[in-house]
Amino acid sequence: MTMSDTSEASSSNAQREEGLTWRLAARRAFHAPGLLPATTFILVLLVWEASCRLFEIPTFVLPAPSRILGGFDSIAVARWIDHVWATLRVALIGYIASIAIALPIAVLLARSEILSRAIYPILVVVQSTPVVAVAPIIIVALGSGDLPRVVITCLITFFPLVVSTTTGLMATPPELIELSRSLRAPIIREITQIRFPYAVPYIFSALRISVTLAVIGAVVAEFVAADKGIGYFIQFSTSMFQVQQAWAGLVVLVLLSLILFQIVTLAQRIWFPWSLPKERT
Amino acid sequence: MASGPAAIRFSGVGQVFATGAGALEALRGVETSIARHEFVAVLGPSGCGKSTLLRLVAGLLRPTRGAVEVFDLKVTEPRDDIGIVFQKPTLLPWANVEDNIVFPLRHKTGRVDAQDRERARALLAKVGLAGFEERLPAELSGGMQQRVGIARALLMNPDILLMDEPFSALDALTREEMGFELLRIWEAQPKTVLFITHSISEAVLLADRVLVMSERPGRVIEDLAIEIDRPRGIETSNDKVMHDYVGHLRSLLLKRAA
Repeated sequence: MTMSDTSEASSSNAQREEGLTWRLAARRAFHAPGLLPATTFILVLLVWEASCRLFEIPTFVLPAPSRILGGFDSIAVARWIDHVWATLRVALIGYIASIAIALPIAVLLARSEILSRAIYPILVVVQSTPVVAVAPIIIVALGSGDLPRVVITCLITFFPLVVSTTTGLMATPPELIELSRSLRAPIIREITQIRFPYAVPYIFSALRISVTLAVIGAVVAEFVAADKGIGYFIQFSTSMFQVQQAWAGLVVLVLLSLILFQIVTLAQRIWFPWSLPKERT
Repeated sequence: MASGPAAIRFSGVGQVFATGAGALEALRGVETSIARHEFVAVLGPSGCGKSTLLRLVAGLLRPTRGAVEVFDLKVTEPRDDIGIVFQKPTLLPWANVEDNIVFPLRHKTGRVDAQDRERARALLAKVGLAGFEERLPAELSGGMQQRVGIARALLMNPDILLMDEPFSALDALTREEMGFELLRIWEAQPKTVLFITHSISEAVLLADRVLVMSERPGRVIEDLAIEIDRPRGIETSNDKVMHDYVGHLRSLLLKRAA
């Protein structure tokens, strides 16, 4: 590049440079994490609000965001907490129980081809049964306590956990299994020290899916029989034609799922950072 | 060159695998023995059963026919005095370098003491990676990872070192460097080495003896003593005698392939 001596040229250069910095700054802002989705989200809300007012859409068809916000006021905060806790409790107990059952079964499936061939079809049948359809049957069979709701949550979260964990346990490099065998190490250590750590990325991807499924399971159970919980609240609200209230319940459910999802993601980042997809540092 | 009793002996070893497509004969009538502290390289085309040979010595496989003996004892299960280095380093990605080296002990016995860790650090220094104890495998180059793999195999101070194409995933320069490194370690602390490789020059450069295997079913078709003085180094690669050996083995392998 040649340097120009005329002041005109240098001033135009400076201008160009300034423009460049400005454009770079704009681009950086544009790429700031979360900015784009947040803008889109706000835009959608605005369009939603505007169309509801402009076209006078009846609330029972689609309440405007501002009316949904009003729906939160329909019951006291303490009642909200009550409902959220009822749903969260069932979802978490079911989720944890599901993990406790799924992991040992995954170990069995990974260890024995015969067992895998014997059990896997049954798992597929269970998974193919619509949970919504089985839920009333389970409630009749197990009564109206937390137990049937936990069972329903288990049923819906179980399958992805088993399948993904089994795949993870089988994904261990064969050399490490040979190393383990050449050391004549106890089989339990092959599982705990090699296979399970190798399965961690697989387990976590299933844990993330399952935690949102757990919320769905709890809500489905509440639809069938409950006197508390967000699912119950939504059903109650719609039966009273309080649609904005039902929408408020829906928003709470979405937030609950998102928070649980983020907690699982965070747990992996904190305790198993090596299991995350490579980000060159 | 080495003397004394045989460390490894193959007598009439045949290996047949049952596969989905029927029986696969990997080895047939393998007959050879390897002396204590001898460095033996095994050369041969892909799929000729070189790795099977190694797994038989490791006790990971039982021969279909014949017997494999290690120090005059028939191999029926894995032994404690054998270390294995694989083609890929296969380190544990969640464990740092030091934990990776002591892993065989932790895996076998369930515990590791300060003395073992001391030994691991000494080994790490021996393979030229002092100061890398706390690093994770992902932070190391391929060559460095394989050095850790070698240190891991040496942890139990094995009499026999089995190496399954240990340098084949490395670039040419690193590969040569690692070969000399291995010789240095071997000369300082002699061990019986069974070294599987695809590279003719690597085999000649490193080994006391080169066994050439036929295509499947694998047999030993040439047993060539490499009479080049030790210690060997970069000058050896340019040695005329070395070129003669390499030329002889290459024409042998090419003739079989044709």
